Amino acid sequence: MLSAIWETEGLQTVGIVVLVFASIKLLHLLGLISFSEDSVEDELELSAVRHRPEGLEQLEAQTRFSRKELQILYRGFKNECPSGVVNEETFKDIYAQFFPQGDASTYAHFLFNAFDTDHNGSVSFEDFVMGLSILLRGTIQEKLNWAFNLYDINKDGYITKEEMLDIMKAIYDMMGKCTYPVLKEETPRQHVEVFFQKMDKNKDGVVTIDEFIDCCQNDENIMRSMHLFENVL
Amino acid sequence: MATGVAAWLPFARAAAIGWMPVANCPMPVAPRDNSKRQDELIILNVSGRRFQTWRTTLDRYPDTLLGSSEKDFFYNEESKEYFFDRDPDAFRSILNFYRTGKLHYPRHECISAYDEELIFFGIIPEIIGDCCYEEYKDRKRENLERLQDDQEENKDMKLPNMNFRETMWRAFENPHTSTMALVFYYVTGFFIAISVITNVVETVPCGSTANQKDMPCGERYTVAFFCMDTACVMIFTVEYLLRLFAAPSRYRFMRSVMSIIDVVAILPYYIGLVMTNNEDVSGAFVTLRVFRVFRIFKFSRHSQGLRILGYTLKSCASELGFLLFSLTMAIIIFATVMFYAEKGSSSSKFTSIPASFWYTIVTMTTLGYGDMVPKTIAGKIFGSICSLSGVLVIALPVPVIVSNFSRIYHQNQRADKRRAQKKARLARIRISKSGSANAFMQSKRNGLLNELLELTDKDEAEQKLTKSTSVIEIQHHHLLHCLEKTTAHEFVDEQMYEQNCLETALQTYTSRSPSVSSHDSPTGTCCGRRGKRNTPLPNASLPSTHPVPTHQSPLQELSALHIQYGEPPSHMASRSNLNLKTESSSRINCKGGGRITTAIISLPTPPALTPDGDGLHGPPMRRPPLPPAIPATPSIQTTASSAGLNIVKVSAL
Repeated sequence: MLSAIWETEGLQTVGIVVLVFASIKLLHLLGLISFSEDSVEDELELSAVRHRPEGLEQLEAQTRFSRKELQILYRGFKNECPSGVVNEETFKDIYAQFFPQGDASTYAHFLFNAFDTDHNGSVSFEDFVMGLSILLRGTIQEKLNWAFNLYDINKDGYITKEEMLDIMKAIYDMMGKCTYPVLKEETPRQHVEVFFQKMDKNKDGVVTIDEFIDCCQNDENIMRSMHLFENVL
Repeated sequence: MATGVAAWLPFARAAAIGWMPVANCPMPVAPRDNSKRQDELIILNVSGRRFQTWRTTLDRYPDTLLGSSEKDFFYNEESKEYFFDRDPDAFRSILNFYRTGKLHYPRHECISAYDEELIFFGIIPEIIGDCCYEEYKDRKRENLERLQDDQEENKDMKLPNMNFRETMWRAFENPHTSTMALVFYYVTGFFIAISVITNVVETVPCGSTANQKDMPCGERYTVAFFCMDTACVMIFTVEYLLRLFAAPSRYRFMRSVMSIIDVVAILPYYIGLVMTNNEDVSGAFVTLRVFRVFRIFKFSRHSQGLRILGYTLKSCASELGFLLFSLTMAIIIFATVMFYAEKGSSSSKFTSIPASFWYTIVTMTTLGYGDMVPKTIAGKIFGSICSLSGVLVIALPVPVIVSNFSRIYHQNQRADKRRAQKKARLARIRISKSGSANAFMQSKRNGLLNELLELTDKDEAEQKLTKSTSVIEIQHHHLLHCLEKTTAHEFVDEQMYEQNCLETALQTYTSRSPSVSSHDSPTGTCCGRRGKRNTPLPNASLPSTHPVPTHQSPLQELSALHIQYGEPPSHMASRSNLNLKTESSSRINCKGGGRITTAIISLPTPPALTPDGDGLHGPPMRRPPLPPAIPATPSIQTTASSAGLNIVKVSAL
């Protein structure tokens, strides 16, 4: 008799205990409970890649900046990016601060690609300074070259209408919503048409580097505006 | 635009070349940067510690002091640096703000000192970085609370022109304002205690009478208890009505917690009075008597600790709510489990889940009455899990409540302590302040004494008089002197003022020859001494035209004299000298008249008790033979001066 009672009770107990453990395991699986302290991974990512630029003399030789100018540039650069390199996120942040009304992220993306000449995903101080050297102290040819490089998103040597449209939209995005007259959907497209009218001499739908440079050199406005920022630094 | 990225502006402008080919119209002309300043090092000298930084670093934030031209005010030409007379430690974090763009709050810094520095340098505290902002806000709040406490104490000061109602209200709120209030406070406290004790004793069995077994005292001595109850309720009613009358906003008072407690405490009695005979509601009436226990809450007016406890509970409401919620959850879970675990066993007390609630509560709070115990093994296992988890669940929110209570309690203690210390502090501050006021009196007399002794050619005394006073003191005294001249009144110190008041009050009763003074008028115009007299005199508002003041004023003014004494032997001689000089002393301080600003001699102004008061009140110049007229020997009190010289106070006593 007794054993029968014990049997039933024992079975009951066992059953319940099994149930309890199963539920605990389930919760653990679901991630609600963790048993060991060490399972929390160290989320410390490896500190960002550090980069030290080449020496001052070398940079002086490679670029058209004076020593003092390089010093000023580097100090500003290092202040914003203490690790020595700019990644795309930071680049976008910095650039966005200059255009608070609009969205500068797309254009900043293109700009980043233009500066990142070795395409390693980050702009080091050398890239930065080389780019600036061209823009501020370079010849017209070099500047136009640079601009072409900017527009040619896939760097294949041709600017297509789609590429140009992307660039145009990015530029217009920087304006934001509140403009006068009000921005319309087709404005960038119309602008691209005008551009291609001007630039595409042989009407093949793409603009090559030579067409581009030729056309720009013949345009008064563009020539004048190329000299606009020469005294920036 | 965040000026932290101002360094990248050249880059952004250069990158704008990318737009040029696309543009259809000509670009605007670029601004010429004429002031082509090379980046230079700026030296900031803060109280001797030199900080150096680039000019462009500071230019990042042009709306602050260092970033704008405001710093030019602090430019030191000789050393070619900017000098700030501020705390260098606090300046560190301010300069770091320019460098890194993030403002940090150093924890060891006093919050108000730091705030002041921020305000001085034109930086708004809102830009403190997230890492330090919480700490900053906490400290600021603490500080504000402290200041608020101080201000609240000031409100205790007696306001003039309070009508009866306001006085009553203040007496109710703060029993220390007057003795009546204190009496009232204690009386009500006593009656609350009596009432509560009565309620308790009512239910104690009092011993058996002839016909019945043990009955509670309440039924045995019905009349006595009824009288007690009535008395207490009377007092409470009167108190409530008085409070209602005195309250500045009756509506708000009626809604306040304390008044609701008051009402609930006395209502049962009245309801009982109204419906004693109605049997239907007598059951309800009995229940109502329970509410009489609310009288004990009236004690919270008397005890600050109770109030703090109540306030703490209110402020920890969310933690309490959480505690209750988690407990409820656990109770339901465990009750269910226990019910199903014990279902199998026969004669189990766990008849239903709600019945198991009782077991769960008793177990979780570790009471363990033992009236319900599990019998199956499973039940015992889960019962033990239940008691373990109960300890945890209850122990978790309790420290939060405790720490809240501790914080509020200590705040209160601090406030009380500060109030107690405040009196002592103020007294000490007053003493040190009066020290500086006395300095002026001192120097005045020194000045006069100087002149007097020059007259008497007392070389040795002269030497002693050259007490070194700083330039600032001299200038300050000169300023006070000018003020005296402007207002044609003079400064005197407290003792003299009180003395003068006393004398004025007494002298108003004695008759005087007004004629004497009226002749003094011509002299009254220029020199403050004769004609225009002390402000302290209550009725001495106008110069010489007022007979009474002119009489007394020389006397009041001159009623004490500090003469520095060289050696005692010359004591008599100098005094007689001084006395002889009384004539000239009438033209005191009248430099224009070429007279000597001689010492102010104390003419004894005895109280009006002496019958020949008249004879003494005449101005000195009218009565040359004054020395004999001095009836009482002026008492000479030698007090050691701070300079170590004997100052003899020849006062009229």
